Amino acid sequence: MQIRKKGKKTVPPVSTASLPDIVFMLLFFFMVTTVMRETSLKVQHVIPKAKQVAKLERKSLVAYIHIGPPLKPLQSIMGTEPRIQLDDAFATPADIPTFVESVKSETNEAEVPLLTYSLKVDVKTKMGIVVDVKQELRKANALKINYSTSRAIDKVVGL
Amino acid sequence: MAGSKREIQEINAGSMADIAFLLLIFFLVTTTMDVDTGLMRVLPPPILEDVPPPPPVKMRNVFVVLANSADNLLVEDEYMQVEDLKDAAKEFIIGRPNNPGDERFPEFKASDDPLIIKYFGANYPISKQIVSLQNDRGTSYQLYIAIQDQLATAYSEVRDQVAMSQFGKKYDELKDSKSKEDNEKAKAVRKLIPQRISEAEPKGI
Repeated sequence: MQIRKKGKKTVPPVSTASLPDIVFMLLFFFMVTTVMRETSLKVQHVIPKAKQVAKLERKSLVAYIHIGPPLKPLQSIMGTEPRIQLDDAFATPADIPTFVESVKSETNEAEVPLLTYSLKVDVKTKMGIVVDVKQELRKANALKINYSTSRAIDKVVGL
Repeated sequence: MAGSKREIQEINAGSMADIAFLLLIFFLVTTTMDVDTGLMRVLPPPILEDVPPPPPVKMRNVFVVLANSADNLLVEDEYMQVEDLKDAAKEFIIGRPNNPGDERFPEFKASDDPLIIKYFGANYPISKQIVSLQNDRGTSYQLYIAIQDQLATAYSEVRDQVAMSQFGKKYDELKDSKSKEDNEKAKAVRKLIPQRISEAEPKGI
């Protein structure tokens, strides 16, 4: 056989076959750790911190109620007072029973008692509106609630 | 080129990365890393019209916490900062089992619950403690959460104390343990020190 001349002066190009692998890994990470955002948030809220927090177990059995001042672009229409947002639309406490019914109708009969209502309320809201929401939830027999708080580390929560 | 018929054509893998980037950006934009922690609470069922009112409780068994619209805290008729609420609540919940005549602290009773008798004995005193929380419509939500957090921490620390002295383990360890017996012990501690926080209708304070 002819002996090839080994005088290769060119460097072989970097193999790019593994680049997509790296990107897929990042992608899977995001797919696993995040939740598909179902509603567009119309209110802005700073969630308070607390120490004795518990994790919400099953995301599919959680309904979210957001309370806070509307987002800046919407403030000209809706004002700056804290509002309730249920499922993409602004609402009043009187709309809560219908909301509870619609959430119940979308879940299995057996799992209805496990439904949790997560209240994501801005720190600066006054208790009046929160109490109205809680009263309506009680009347609609939606008794498991969760005050959404992020975990505070070491420092005692205070004003 | 000579010999090019024999060279295997390599697929340019650089554009695969572009496709993957597109998918990644799609997921970044449409998903959220939602905060999914919080304080779990169970609301009391709605009061029906024809149900007779519950029996009255003695004031000595009730730990009264009032919060007004200026975010001041009045605990058992004394002004207090919210950071000190936990220690005051802990003292109340533990009470004075050796001195049942002390009127500032709740009464004790013996329990007939079989689980408590199994792990704590037949005459272990159970405090008749209730925490009553009343806030004004103008109280800020942050203070409300701070109060709830302080009370929950107080209960949790008292439970830890009891579990440590009785079983040598903290309450959370017993609750999350894999062994059924530990879970039962946790349940007994929970029944011994139930988290009784009663929230009244808000009114002007």
